[in-house]
Amino acid sequence: MLHKAIFIYFAAVCIGSALLMITRRNPVHSVLFMLLLFFHIAGLFVLLNAEFLAAVQLIVYAGAILILYLFVVMLLNVDRESAAPRANRYWPWLTLFGLLISAEISFLVLRGSFPADAGQQPMTLAVGSVRDLGIELYTKYLVPFEIASVILLVGLVGAVMLAKKIKD
Amino acid sequence: MADMAQILNIVYTILIPVAVLFGFIMLNAAYLSYMERKTLAWMQSRMGPMMAGYHGILQPIADGVKLFFKEDIIPAKADKWVFIVAPLILLVMSLASFVVIPFGPPTRLFGILSPENAVPLWVTNLNIGVLYVLALASIGTYGVIMAGWASNNKYSLLGSFRSAAQMISYEIPMAFAIITVVLMAGSLNLTEIVNAQTGKWFIFTYVGPVVFFLYLVSGIAETNRAPFDLPEAESELVAGFFTEYTGMRFAMFFMAEYANMVVVALLISIMFFGGWLPLQIFPSVSWLGGMAPISWVNTAMRAVPPVLWLLAKVYFFIFCFIWIRATLPRLRYDQLMKFSWKILLPLSLVTLLATAFLKQAGLL
Repeated sequence: MLHKAIFIYFAAVCIGSALLMITRRNPVHSVLFMLLLFFHIAGLFVLLNAEFLAAVQLIVYAGAILILYLFVVMLLNVDRESAAPRANRYWPWLTLFGLLISAEISFLVLRGSFPADAGQQPMTLAVGSVRDLGIELYTKYLVPFEIASVILLVGLVGAVMLAKKIKD
Repeated sequence: MADMAQILNIVYTILIPVAVLFGFIMLNAAYLSYMERKTLAWMQSRMGPMMAGYHGILQPIADGVKLFFKEDIIPAKADKWVFIVAPLILLVMSLASFVVIPFGPPTRLFGILSPENAVPLWVTNLNIGVLYVLALASIGTYGVIMAGWASNNKYSLLGSFRSAAQMISYEIPMAFAIITVVLMAGSLNLTEIVNAQTGKWFIFTYVGPVVFFLYLVSGIAETNRAPFDLPEAESELVAGFFTEYTGMRFAMFFMAEYANMVVVALLISIMFFGGWLPLQIFPSVSWLGGMAPISWVNTAMRAVPPVLWLLAKVYFFIFCFIWIRATLPRLRYDQLMKFSWKILLPLSLVTLLATAFLKQAGLL
Protein backbone atom coordinates (compact mmCIF):
# COMPACT_ATOMS: atom_id res chain seq x y z
CA MET A 1 0.00 0.00 0.00
CA LEU A 2 2.74 2.42 1.07
CA HIS A 3 4.79 1.27 -1.90
CA LYS A 4 1.96 2.09 -4.28
CA ALA A 5 1.37 5.52 -2.71
CA ILE A 6 5.04 6.36 -3.12
CA PHE A 7 4.97 5.19 -6.72
CA ILE A 8 1.92 7.32 -7.49
CA TYR A 9 3.63 10.34 -5.89
CA PHE A 10 6.77 9.89 -8.00
CA ALA A 11 4.84 9.24 -11.20
CA ALA A 12 2.53 12.23 -10.66
CA VAL A 13 5.40 14.60 -9.96
CA CYS A 14 7.29 13.25 -13.00
CA ILE A 15 4.35 14.04 -15.28
CA GLY A 16 3.62 17.35 -13.61
CA SER A 17 7.18 18.63 -13.75
CA ALA A 18 7.58 17.42 -17.34
CA LEU A 19 4.50 19.44 -18.31
CA LEU A 20 5.71 22.51 -16.43
CA MET A 21 9.11 22.09 -18.05
CA ILE A 22 7.74 22.45 -21.60
CA THR A 23 5.23 25.18 -20.78
CA ARG A 24 7.43 27.65 -18.85
CA ARG A 25 8.44 30.72 -20.82
CA ASN A 26 11.63 31.24 -18.87
CA PRO A 27 14.25 28.67 -19.97
CA VAL A 28 15.96 28.71 -16.56
CA HIS A 29 12.69 27.67 -14.93
CA SER A 30 12.35 24.90 -17.52
CA VAL A 31 15.79 23.60 -16.60
CA LEU A 32 14.91 23.64 -12.91
CA PHE A 33 11.71 21.68 -13.52
CA MET A 34 13.79 19.22 -15.51
CA LEU A 35 15.98 18.83 -12.42
CA LEU A 36 12.86 18.01 -10.40
CA LEU A 37 11.90 15.48 -13.07
CA PHE A 38 15.33 13.78 -12.91
CA PHE A 39 15.07 13.58 -9.14
CA HIS A 40 11.74 11.81 -9.27
CA ILE A 41 12.89 9.44 -12.01
CA ALA A 42 15.80 8.55 -9.71
CA GLY A 43 13.19 7.96 -7.01
CA LEU A 44 11.39 5.51 -9.30
CA PHE A 45 14.67 3.64 -9.81
CA VAL A 46 15.16 3.42 -6.04
CA LEU A 47 11.64 2.05 -5.73
CA LEU A 48 12.66 -0.73 -8.15
CA ASN A 49 15.76 -1.50 -6.03
CA ALA A 50 18.00 -0.19 -8.82
CA GLU A 51 20.03 2.07 -6.52
CA PHE A 52 23.01 2.21 -8.85
CA LEU A 53 20.90 3.45 -11.75
CA ALA A 54 19.35 6.08 -9.47
CA ALA A 55 22.78 7.37 -8.48
CA VAL A 56 23.97 7.35 -12.09
CA GLN A 57 20.82 9.19 -13.14
CA LEU A 58 21.63 11.96 -10.68
CA ILE A 59 25.39 12.08 -11.29
CA VAL A 60 25.29 11.95 -15.10
CA TYR A 61 22.06 13.71 -16.02
CA ALA A 62 21.44 16.10 -13.14
CA GLY A 63 25.04 16.64 -12.07
CA ALA A 64 26.74 16.95 -15.43
CA ILE A 65 24.50 17.36 -18.47
CA LEU A 66 21.81 19.58 -16.96
CA ILE A 67 24.38 21.84 -15.29
CA LEU A 68 25.89 22.51 -18.72
CA TYR A 69 22.40 23.28 -20.09
CA LEU A 70 21.80 25.69 -17.25
CA PHE A 71 25.16 27.29 -17.91
CA VAL A 72 24.34 27.85 -21.60
CA VAL A 73 20.79 29.05 -20.90
CA MET A 74 22.02 31.55 -18.32
CA LEU A 75 24.58 32.94 -20.75
CA LEU A 76 21.94 33.43 -23.45
CA ASN A 77 19.63 36.40 -23.43
CA VAL A 78 16.57 35.11 -21.61
CA ASP A 79 14.26 38.02 -22.44
CA ARG A 80 14.44 37.43 -26.16
CA GLU A 81 13.48 33.80 -25.72
CA SER A 82 10.40 34.57 -23.62
CA ALA A 83 9.15 37.19 -26.11
CA ALA A 84 9.42 34.88 -29.13
CA PRO A 85 6.30 33.09 -30.42
CA ARG A 86 5.95 29.57 -29.10
CA ALA A 87 4.93 27.86 -32.37
CA ASN A 88 5.91 28.17 -36.00
CA ARG A 89 3.88 27.36 -39.14
CA TYR A 90 4.58 23.64 -38.91
CA TRP A 91 2.56 23.22 -35.73
CA PRO A 92 -0.28 21.11 -37.27
CA TRP A 93 2.26 18.53 -38.46
CA LEU A 94 4.04 18.47 -35.13
CA THR A 95 0.73 18.03 -33.31
CA LEU A 96 -0.20 15.20 -35.62
CA PHE A 97 3.06 13.34 -35.02
CA GLY A 98 2.81 13.92 -31.30
CA LEU A 99 -0.68 12.47 -31.21
CA LEU A 100 0.43 9.50 -33.33
CA ILE A 101 3.31 8.70 -31.00
CA SER A 102 1.20 9.00 -27.86
CA ALA A 103 -1.52 6.85 -29.46
CA GLU A 104 1.11 4.22 -30.25
CA ILE A 105 2.45 4.26 -26.71
CA SER A 106 -0.99 4.00 -25.13
CA PHE A 107 -1.96 1.22 -27.56
CA LEU A 108 1.14 -0.78 -26.63
CA VAL A 109 0.66 -0.21 -22.91
CA LEU A 110 -3.01 -1.19 -23.02
CA ARG A 111 -2.35 -4.32 -25.12
CA GLY A 112 0.75 -5.46 -23.33
CA SER A 113 0.62 -7.71 -20.29
CA PHE A 114 2.68 -6.89 -17.23
CA PRO A 115 3.73 -9.36 -14.55
CA ALA A 116 2.56 -7.07 -11.78
CA ASP A 117 0.98 -3.73 -11.08
CA ALA A 118 3.08 -0.66 -11.62
CA GLY A 119 5.66 -0.28 -8.88
CA GLN A 120 4.67 -3.55 -7.22
CA GLN A 121 7.45 -5.78 -8.44
CA PRO A 122 10.88 -4.67 -7.28
CA MET A 123 13.87 -5.81 -9.25
CA THR A 124 15.81 -8.56 -7.52
CA LEU A 125 18.67 -7.05 -5.58
CA ALA A 126 21.27 -8.70 -7.80
CA VAL A 127 20.14 -6.86 -10.94
CA GLY A 128 20.57 -3.46 -9.38
CA SER A 129 23.95 -4.16 -7.82
CA VAL A 130 27.07 -2.68 -9.31
CA ARG A 131 28.92 -5.99 -9.43
CA ASP A 132 26.28 -7.78 -11.50
CA LEU A 133 25.78 -4.80 -13.75
CA GLY A 134 29.53 -4.70 -14.38
CA ILE A 135 29.71 -8.41 -15.12
CA GLU A 136 26.82 -8.15 -17.60
CA LEU A 137 28.34 -5.09 -19.29
CA TYR A 138 31.80 -6.60 -19.67
CA THR A 139 30.74 -10.08 -20.78
CA LYS A 140 27.34 -10.36 -22.44
CA TYR A 141 27.05 -6.78 -23.70
CA LEU A 142 30.75 -6.10 -24.25
CA VAL A 143 30.48 -5.17 -27.95
CA PRO A 144 27.53 -2.73 -27.65
CA PHE A 145 29.20 -1.22 -24.58
CA GLU A 146 32.47 -0.64 -26.41
CA ILE A 147 30.66 0.73 -29.48
CA ALA A 148 28.83 3.21 -27.25
CA SER A 149 32.09 4.36 -25.70
CA VAL A 150 33.70 4.77 -29.14
CA ILE A 151 30.74 6.92 -30.22
CA LEU A 152 31.19 9.07 -27.12
CA LEU A 153 34.90 9.38 -27.89
CA VAL A 154 34.08 10.50 -31.45
CA GLY A 155 31.78 13.14 -29.97
CA LEU A 156 34.56 14.38 -27.69
CA VAL A 157 37.16 14.52 -30.45
CA GLY A 158 34.65 16.24 -32.74
CA ALA A 159 33.95 18.92 -30.15
CA VAL A 160 37.67 19.54 -29.69
CA MET A 161 38.17 19.77 -33.45
CA LEU A 162 35.32 22.28 -33.83
CA ALA A 163 36.53 24.42 -30.96
CA LYS A 164 40.19 24.38 -31.94
CA LYS A 165 41.64 27.33 -33.79
CA ILE A 166 43.28 26.18 -37.01
CA LYS A 167 46.78 27.57 -37.38
CA ASP A 168 48.13 28.16 -40.86
CA MET B 1 -0.79 -4.37 16.77
CA ALA B 2 1.28 -5.08 13.72
CA ASP B 3 0.82 -1.47 12.65
CA MET B 4 1.98 -0.28 16.04
CA ALA B 5 5.14 -2.37 15.77
CA GLN B 6 5.75 -1.01 12.28
CA ILE B 7 5.38 2.60 13.45
CA LEU B 8 7.70 1.97 16.40
CA ASN B 9 10.19 0.38 14.04
CA ILE B 10 10.14 3.49 11.84
CA VAL B 11 10.58 5.68 14.93
CA TYR B 12 13.54 3.65 16.19
CA THR B 13 15.34 3.10 12.90
CA ILE B 14 14.64 6.39 11.11
CA LEU B 15 13.23 9.21 13.25
CA ILE B 16 15.53 8.96 16.28
CA PRO B 17 18.78 8.50 14.30
CA VAL B 18 17.84 11.35 11.97
CA ALA B 19 17.01 13.63 14.90
CA VAL B 20 20.32 12.82 16.61
CA LEU B 21 22.21 13.38 13.37
CA PHE B 22 20.42 16.68 12.75
CA GLY B 23 21.33 17.89 16.22
CA PHE B 24 24.94 16.87 15.65
CA ILE B 25 25.13 18.74 12.33
CA MET B 26 23.49 21.91 13.69
CA LEU B 27 25.78 21.95 16.72
CA ASN B 28 28.71 21.49 14.38
CA ALA B 29 27.59 24.24 12.03
CA ALA B 30 27.30 26.65 14.96
CA TYR B 31 30.48 25.75 16.79
CA LEU B 32 32.67 25.22 13.72
CA SER B 33 32.19 28.90 12.95
CA TYR B 34 33.45 29.64 16.48
CA MET B 35 36.37 27.25 16.00
CA GLU B 36 37.21 28.84 12.66
CA ARG B 37 37.10 32.39 14.01
CA LYS B 38 39.19 31.53 17.07
CA THR B 39 41.78 29.52 15.12
CA LEU B 40 42.14 32.21 12.47
CA ALA B 41 42.41 34.86 15.17
CA TRP B 42 45.16 33.01 17.03
CA MET B 43 47.05 32.39 13.81
CA GLN B 44 46.89 36.13 13.09
CA SER B 45 47.82 37.18 16.67
CA ARG B 46 44.34 38.39 17.53
CA MET B 47 41.90 37.33 20.26
CA GLY B 48 38.84 36.51 18.14
CA PRO B 49 35.34 36.66 19.66
CA MET B 50 35.66 37.53 23.38
CA MET B 51 32.47 39.30 24.43
CA ALA B 52 29.67 36.70 24.63
CA GLY B 53 30.40 34.35 27.52
CA TYR B 54 33.80 33.04 28.63
CA HIS B 55 36.24 33.76 25.76
CA GLY B 56 33.26 34.23 23.45
CA ILE B 57 31.95 30.69 23.94
CA LEU B 58 28.34 31.87 23.43
CA GLN B 59 29.16 33.75 20.23
CA PRO B 60 27.49 31.22 17.86
CA ILE B 61 24.25 31.51 19.85
CA ALA B 62 24.41 35.30 19.73
CA ASP B 63 25.05 35.12 15.97
CA GLY B 64 22.14 32.74 15.50
CA VAL B 65 19.73 34.99 17.42
CA LYS B 66 20.92 38.02 15.48
CA LEU B 67 20.49 36.35 12.08
CA PHE B 68 17.12 34.94 13.08
CA PHE B 69 15.69 38.38 13.87
CA LYS B 70 17.20 40.19 10.88
CA GLU B 71 14.83 41.47 8.26
CA ASP B 72 14.41 39.01 5.40
CA ILE B 73 14.86 41.02 2.20
CA ILE B 74 14.00 39.69 -1.24
CA PRO B 75 15.24 42.13 -3.93
CA ALA B 76 12.45 43.62 -6.05
CA LYS B 77 13.98 42.45 -9.35
CA ALA B 78 14.84 39.00 -8.04
CA ASP B 79 13.21 35.82 -9.30
CA LYS B 80 11.29 35.21 -6.09
CA TRP B 81 10.79 31.44 -6.06
CA VAL B 82 14.22 30.54 -7.32
CA PHE B 83 15.69 32.99 -4.81
CA ILE B 84 13.85 31.25 -1.96
CA VAL B 85 14.54 27.68 -3.08
CA ALA B 86 18.28 28.10 -3.82
CA PRO B 87 19.63 28.12 -0.22
CA LEU B 88 17.25 25.29 0.66
CA ILE B 89 18.66 23.08 -2.12
CA LEU B 90 22.20 23.73 -0.98
CA LEU B 91 21.42 23.04 2.69
CA VAL B 92 19.24 19.97 2.09
CA MET B 93 21.83 18.38 -0.17
CA SER B 94 24.61 18.82 2.36
CA LEU B 95 22.44 17.55 5.23
CA ALA B 96 21.25 14.56 3.18
CA SER B 97 24.80 13.32 2.60
CA PHE B 98 25.11 12.52 6.31
CA VAL B 99 22.56 9.70 6.29
CA VAL B 100 24.92 7.20 4.64
CA ILE B 101 27.96 8.03 6.78
CA PRO B 102 28.80 5.30 9.29
CA PHE B 103 30.10 6.83 12.53
CA GLY B 104 31.27 3.53 13.95
CA PRO B 105 30.53 -0.20 14.07
CA PRO B 106 27.24 -1.23 15.73
CA THR B 107 27.69 -0.36 19.39
CA ARG B 108 26.61 -2.42 22.41
CA LEU B 109 27.00 0.59 24.73
CA PHE B 110 29.93 -0.96 26.66
CA GLY B 111 28.36 -4.40 26.82
CA ILE B 112 24.92 -3.35 28.13
CA LEU B 113 23.08 -4.58 25.04
CA SER B 114 23.15 -8.10 23.65
CA PRO B 115 24.98 -8.52 20.31
CA GLU B 116 21.74 -8.88 18.32
CA ASN B 117 20.39 -5.62 19.79
CA ALA B 118 23.51 -3.59 19.00
CA VAL B 119 22.69 -0.07 17.87
CA PRO B 120 24.07 0.78 14.40
CA LEU B 121 25.72 4.20 14.26
CA TRP B 122 24.34 5.13 10.87
CA VAL B 123 20.91 6.00 9.52
CA THR B 124 21.13 3.75 6.49
CA ASN B 125 23.85 1.47 5.24
CA LEU B 126 23.44 2.05 1.51
CA ASN B 127 25.31 -0.30 -0.84
CA ILE B 128 26.26 2.59 -3.09
CA GLY B 129 27.06 5.00 -0.25
CA VAL B 130 29.99 6.65 -2.02
CA LEU B 131 28.02 7.28 -5.20
CA TYR B 132 25.16 8.71 -3.17
CA VAL B 133 27.46 11.28 -1.56
CA LEU B 134 28.95 12.11 -4.97
CA ALA B 135 25.49 12.58 -6.52
CA LEU B 136 24.34 14.91 -3.74
CA ALA B 137 27.54 16.93 -3.98
CA SER B 138 26.93 17.50 -7.67
CA ILE B 139 23.30 18.53 -7.09
CA GLY B 140 24.45 21.07 -4.47
CA THR B 141 25.98 23.09 -7.31
CA TYR B 142 22.45 23.99 -8.41
CA GLY B 143 21.87 25.87 -5.17
CA VAL B 144 24.88 28.07 -5.88
CA ILE B 145 23.97 28.70 -9.53
CA MET B 146 20.32 29.39 -8.74
CA ALA B 147 21.19 31.79 -5.91
CA GLY B 148 23.49 33.80 -8.17
CA TRP B 149 21.08 33.89 -11.09
CA ALA B 150 17.93 34.66 -9.09
CA SER B 151 19.52 37.58 -7.22
CA ASN B 152 19.64 39.56 -10.47
CA ASN B 153 22.93 41.11 -9.43
CA LYS B 154 26.04 41.07 -11.57
CA TYR B 155 28.37 40.19 -8.70
CA SER B 156 26.13 37.31 -7.68
CA LEU B 157 25.95 36.05 -11.25
CA LEU B 158 29.72 36.24 -11.70
CA GLY B 159 30.17 34.39 -8.43
CA SER B 160 27.83 31.61 -9.43
CA PHE B 161 29.44 31.27 -12.87
CA ARG B 162 32.80 30.86 -11.23
CA SER B 163 31.39 28.41 -8.78
CA ALA B 164 29.70 26.30 -11.44
CA ALA B 165 32.81 26.10 -13.61
CA GLN B 166 34.96 25.33 -10.58
CA MET B 167 32.68 22.63 -9.25
CA ILE B 168 32.36 20.91 -12.64
CA SER B 169 36.13 20.96 -13.08
CA TYR B 170 37.00 19.65 -9.62
CA GLU B 171 34.26 17.05 -9.51
CA ILE B 172 36.14 14.98 -12.08
CA PRO B 173 39.43 14.48 -10.16
CA MET B 174 37.32 13.99 -7.03
CA ALA B 175 35.29 11.24 -8.68
CA PHE B 176 38.49 9.57 -9.91
CA ALA B 177 40.03 9.74 -6.43
CA ILE B 178 36.90 8.13 -4.99
CA ILE B 179 36.89 5.46 -7.70
CA THR B 180 40.50 4.65 -6.88
CA VAL B 181 39.56 4.14 -3.23
CA VAL B 182 36.61 2.00 -4.29
CA LEU B 183 39.00 -0.08 -6.39
CA MET B 184 41.30 -0.56 -3.39
CA ALA B 185 38.43 -1.52 -1.09
CA GLY B 186 36.44 -3.49 -3.65
CA SER B 187 33.16 -1.94 -2.50
CA LEU B 188 31.06 1.20 -2.79
CA ASN B 189 29.76 0.74 0.74
CA LEU B 190 31.38 3.11 3.25
CA THR B 191 31.30 0.55 6.07
CA GLU B 192 33.10 -1.99 3.91
CA ILE B 193 35.64 0.63 2.82
CA VAL B 194 36.51 1.09 6.50
CA ASN B 195 36.60 -2.65 7.14
CA ALA B 196 38.94 -3.12 4.17
CA GLN B 197 41.49 -0.94 5.99
CA THR B 198 41.67 -3.15 9.08
CA GLY B 199 45.22 -4.30 8.35
CA LYS B 200 46.54 -1.14 6.75
CA TRP B 201 44.98 2.29 6.26
CA PHE B 202 44.79 3.31 2.61
CA ILE B 203 47.01 6.33 3.25
CA PHE B 204 49.89 3.91 3.97
CA THR B 205 49.63 2.10 0.62
CA TYR B 206 51.91 3.06 -2.29
CA VAL B 207 49.30 5.15 -4.12
CA GLY B 208 47.47 6.28 -0.97
CA PRO B 209 49.21 9.65 -0.43
CA VAL B 210 48.65 10.67 -4.07
CA VAL B 211 44.95 9.78 -3.96
CA PHE B 212 44.65 11.55 -0.62
CA PHE B 213 46.20 14.68 -2.11
CA LEU B 214 43.81 14.53 -5.09
CA TYR B 215 40.78 14.15 -2.86
CA LEU B 216 41.91 16.80 -0.38
CA VAL B 217 42.47 19.43 -3.08
CA SER B 218 39.25 18.72 -4.96
CA GLY B 219 37.32 18.46 -1.69
CA ILE B 220 38.45 21.93 -0.63
CA ALA B 221 37.60 23.27 -4.10
CA GLU B 222 34.19 21.59 -3.94
CA THR B 223 33.36 23.29 -0.65
CA ASN B 224 34.43 26.69 -2.06
CA ARG B 225 36.97 27.28 0.68
CA ALA B 226 40.25 29.18 0.53
CA PRO B 227 42.47 29.02 -1.53
CA PHE B 228 39.63 28.07 -3.91
CA ASP B 229 37.06 30.60 -2.65
CA LEU B 230 36.81 32.58 -5.90
CA PRO B 231 32.99 32.32 -6.02
CA GLU B 232 32.83 34.46 -2.88
CA ALA B 233 36.03 36.47 -3.31
CA GLU B 234 35.18 39.49 -1.16
CA SER B 235 37.83 41.76 -2.66
CA GLU B 236 36.31 41.59 -6.14
CA LEU B 237 32.74 40.23 -5.90
CA VAL B 238 31.36 41.71 -2.63
CA ALA B 239 30.31 38.29 -1.33
CA GLY B 240 29.80 36.36 -4.56
CA PHE B 241 26.66 34.33 -5.08
CA PHE B 242 25.05 35.20 -1.73
CA THR B 243 25.55 38.97 -1.90
CA GLU B 244 21.80 39.69 -1.88
CA TYR B 245 20.85 37.30 0.92
CA THR B 246 19.99 38.41 4.44
CA GLY B 247 18.92 36.92 7.75
CA MET B 248 18.15 33.22 7.96
CA ARG B 249 18.60 32.60 4.24
CA PHE B 250 22.12 33.99 4.54
CA ALA B 251 22.68 31.73 7.55
CA MET B 252 21.59 28.72 5.48
CA PHE B 253 24.53 29.23 3.12
CA PHE B 254 26.85 29.24 6.09
CA MET B 255 25.30 26.14 7.61
CA ALA B 256 25.59 24.38 4.24
CA GLU B 257 29.23 25.37 3.94
CA TYR B 258 30.12 24.03 7.38
CA ALA B 259 28.06 20.87 6.86
CA ASN B 260 29.90 20.30 3.57
CA MET B 261 33.20 20.78 5.35
CA VAL B 262 32.24 18.08 7.85
CA VAL B 263 31.21 15.73 5.03
CA VAL B 264 34.53 16.17 3.24
CA ALA B 265 36.46 15.67 6.51
CA LEU B 266 34.38 12.57 7.28
CA LEU B 267 35.01 11.11 3.83
CA ILE B 268 38.75 11.79 4.10
CA SER B 269 38.85 10.03 7.47
CA ILE B 270 36.75 7.13 6.23
CA MET B 271 38.44 6.63 2.88
CA PHE B 272 42.10 7.15 3.79
CA PHE B 273 42.56 7.14 7.55
CA GLY B 274 40.64 4.03 8.53
CA GLY B 275 37.45 5.72 9.72
CA TRP B 276 36.80 4.59 13.28
CA LEU B 277 39.75 2.15 13.35
CA PRO B 278 42.30 3.03 16.03
CA LEU B 279 45.83 4.05 15.11
CA GLN B 280 48.26 1.16 15.57
CA ILE B 281 52.04 1.53 15.49
CA PHE B 282 53.54 -1.18 13.24
CA PRO B 283 50.81 -3.77 13.95
CA SER B 284 52.10 -6.13 11.28
CA VAL B 285 55.79 -6.06 12.23
CA SER B 286 56.22 -8.86 14.73
CA TRP B 287 59.57 -7.86 16.27
CA LEU B 288 58.24 -4.37 17.07
CA GLY B 289 54.87 -5.54 18.30
CA GLY B 290 56.66 -7.57 20.94
CA MET B 291 58.33 -4.50 22.38
CA ALA B 292 56.46 -3.67 25.54
CA PRO B 293 56.03 0.15 25.30
CA ILE B 294 54.73 0.03 21.75
CA SER B 295 52.31 -2.77 22.39
CA TRP B 296 51.05 -0.98 25.53
CA VAL B 297 50.41 2.15 23.46
CA ASN B 298 48.63 0.04 20.84
CA THR B 299 46.46 -1.59 23.50
CA ALA B 300 45.62 1.78 25.02
CA MET B 301 44.64 3.15 21.63
CA ARG B 302 42.42 0.13 20.94
CA ALA B 303 40.57 0.87 24.19
CA VAL B 304 39.34 4.28 22.96
CA PRO B 305 35.75 4.03 21.60
CA PRO B 306 35.64 3.93 17.77
CA VAL B 307 33.33 6.96 17.49
CA LEU B 308 35.88 9.11 19.31
CA TRP B 309 38.58 7.98 16.87
CA LEU B 310 36.45 9.02 13.91
CA LEU B 311 35.53 12.38 15.44
CA ALA B 312 39.14 13.07 16.41
CA LYS B 313 40.23 12.50 12.81
CA VAL B 314 37.36 14.61 11.46
CA TYR B 315 38.15 17.58 13.67
CA PHE B 316 41.83 17.27 12.87
CA PHE B 317 41.04 17.62 9.15
CA ILE B 318 38.64 20.51 9.79
CA PHE B 319 41.48 22.19 11.66
CA CYS B 320 43.68 21.56 8.62
CA PHE B 321 41.09 23.28 6.36
CA ILE B 322 41.13 26.33 8.61
CA TRP B 323 44.91 26.20 8.75
CA ILE B 324 45.09 26.14 4.94
CA ARG B 325 42.71 29.11 4.80
CA ALA B 326 44.95 31.07 7.17
CA THR B 327 48.09 30.16 5.23
CA LEU B 328 47.47 30.23 1.49
CA PRO B 329 46.44 33.20 -0.65
CA ARG B 330 43.60 32.87 -3.14
CA LEU B 331 44.43 31.43 -6.57
CA ARG B 332 43.93 33.34 -9.79
CA TYR B 333 41.03 32.03 -11.87
CA ASP B 334 43.07 30.76 -14.83
CA GLN B 335 45.50 29.05 -12.42
CA LEU B 336 42.55 27.33 -10.79
CA MET B 337 41.23 25.92 -14.08
CA LYS B 338 44.68 24.97 -15.36
CA PHE B 339 45.46 23.17 -12.11
CA SER B 340 42.36 21.03 -12.33
CA TRP B 341 42.44 20.09 -16.01
CA LYS B 342 46.20 19.93 -16.66
CA ILE B 343 47.55 18.55 -13.39
CA LEU B 344 44.88 16.92 -11.26
CA LEU B 345 42.98 15.13 -14.02
CA PRO B 346 45.99 13.42 -15.70
CA LEU B 347 47.41 12.60 -12.27
CA SER B 348 44.15 11.01 -11.18
CA LEU B 349 43.93 8.91 -14.37
CA VAL B 350 47.51 7.67 -13.93
CA THR B 351 46.86 6.86 -10.28
CA LEU B 352 43.75 4.89 -11.16
CA LEU B 353 45.70 2.82 -13.70
CA ALA B 354 48.59 2.30 -11.28
CA THR B 355 46.17 1.18 -8.57
CA ALA B 356 44.55 -1.33 -10.92
CA PHE B 357 47.98 -2.81 -11.78
CA LEU B 358 49.10 -2.87 -8.14
CA LYS B 359 45.87 -4.56 -7.12
CA GLN B 360 46.28 -7.22 -9.83
CA ALA B 361 49.88 -7.78 -8.77
CA GLY B 362 48.76 -8.12 -5.15
CA LEU B 363 51.04 -5.31 -3.98
CA LEU B 364 48.34 -3.17 -2.42
